[in-house]
Amino acid sequence: MAIIEVKDLNLYYGEKQALKNINLEIEKNSITALIGPSGCGKSTFLRTLNRMNDMIKDVKIEGSVKIDDVEIYDKNISVEILRKNVGMVFQQPNPFPKSIFENVAYGLKIHGIKDKSLLNEIVETSLKGAALWDEVKDDLKKPALGLSGGQQQRLCIARALAVSPDIILMDEPTSALDPISTAKIEELILELKKDYTIVIVTHNMQQAARISDKTAFFLNGELIEYADTEELFSYPKDKRTEDYITGRFG
Amino acid sequence: MIRHNGNIKDIEKRRKKNMFYFSLFLFATLFGVITLAVLLVDVFIKGIPWLDWQFLNSFPSRFPERAGIKSAFYGTLWMLGLTAPIAFILGVGTALYLNEYAGDTKLKQILQININNLAGVPSIVYGLLGLGVFVRGFALGRSLIAGSLTMVLLILPIIVVASQEALKSVPSSQRNASYALGATKWQTIRRVVIPAALPNILTGTILALSRAIGETAPLIMIGALTFVAFVPGSPMDSFTVLPIQIFNWTSRPQEDFQYIAAAGIIVLLVVLLSMNGLAIYLRNKYQNKY
Repeated sequence: MAIIEVKDLNLYYGEKQALKNINLEIEKNSITALIGPSGCGKSTFLRTLNRMNDMIKDVKIEGSVKIDDVEIYDKNISVEILRKNVGMVFQQPNPFPKSIFENVAYGLKIHGIKDKSLLNEIVETSLKGAALWDEVKDDLKKPALGLSGGQQQRLCIARALAVSPDIILMDEPTSALDPISTAKIEELILELKKDYTIVIVTHNMQQAARISDKTAFFLNGELIEYADTEELFSYPKDKRTEDYITGRFG
Repeated sequence: MIRHNGNIKDIEKRRKKNMFYFSLFLFATLFGVITLAVLLVDVFIKGIPWLDWQFLNSFPSRFPERAGIKSAFYGTLWMLGLTAPIAFILGVGTALYLNEYAGDTKLKQILQININNLAGVPSIVYGLLGLGVFVRGFALGRSLIAGSLTMVLLILPIIVVASQEALKSVPSSQRNASYALGATKWQTIRRVVIPAALPNILTGTILALSRAIGETAPLIMIGALTFVAFVPGSPMDSFTVLPIQIFNWTSRPQEDFQYIAAAGIIVLLVVLLSMNGLAIYLRNKYQNKY
């Protein structure tokens, strides 16, 4: 069953059209990779799914984006609840300058959870879920900024997991990390698939091929091709997809 | 032996020129430092013998040996206590509105330009404004609260600008992290933006306050008294402050009052330096917290 359904989506930054007539369905508990050259609209598309584009000036959005059969651009939708259900991990690890514990507990606190033992419990499960617990369990009070880049990114994943989302959006989550940290995060993403639906933007085509079930290729604001990852990389239907994945441009 | 291709005289000329510029810049540096040192030494030599408990704990008097700084010191503390919270709330509130809430409209640009310009308005003008608005308009009289509100106006632009800079320096990635978890704007401001900006906001506020403590002109304008023989008990009482008391003593003909003024200057300097010290302490404390 499709958890995300996008129909005839157009997005404009002022006069400039950044997304052109996007149609796409994403299955529950799958990993979908969005690939394409810089400026092709893949990150913009990702941000339409949790309405992070709302904060940019002069953005106009047309069409339909349904998550769990609910139109997320409806007037009576609470964007706060939407973002609680659709978590996000950014390109640069961006933990708060607080303790490790407070970072993970942040989302819980803003959604009104105050019970100490419940907070402790969810922080622990979230850190375990992000494969960070064993490394930090004795240092929960220590500053998050003292962690390594890869640990910080897994902390950001734990922070997103804590508010129990259904979908996690990842915007090039490993592009600022070294190969070992990247491998750990990829392993983690595959693990997370059991419980979450993941949409990941990546510049790294090997990464897309390694972890994703489906891949969408964007170019100049258009969705050129969307297929099972193996199929898209082995038998691209569109010439432009083939040119891109064989490294002829981008 | 190194052989010179050029003229020996030419080398000497270049060396002299080198020496000249070095001396010029050294002089420029020393000019300020030495003048200040002379001033401080002079003040301390004159003031220290008069700086005793009797001086700190007495009201002004016609007789130098009985004159003290008590009412001016308490007046300054009252001014600080009234000015600081009002200026902080209004200043940080304005900065938050302009940076976080106001859209990029013409109105905002006009406000912004005006705030930046207000920081450069001479303090005597604020005195006139305070006289017209608070002393007469609101009929607060020559009271502490009228003086404090005038000082609030005077330092408000400084606090607003410092706070805006502090808010701007909070990276957008931090705000995005909060929004992406479903936080509202206010939750993001309260839990992420303000904590990150607070050290710089506090520093700016304290430095602005220490300017307020040293100001004399606007308070003379609104009619702060120069002879107050009691400690103010409420914001509606009349008052004097340290710089006004010092100014009053220096304008007396008797020589001994010059020494008392010097002692008063030392007290004022101690107050100012403690405030600057507090600013540095707060900045370091909050920055080292994580």
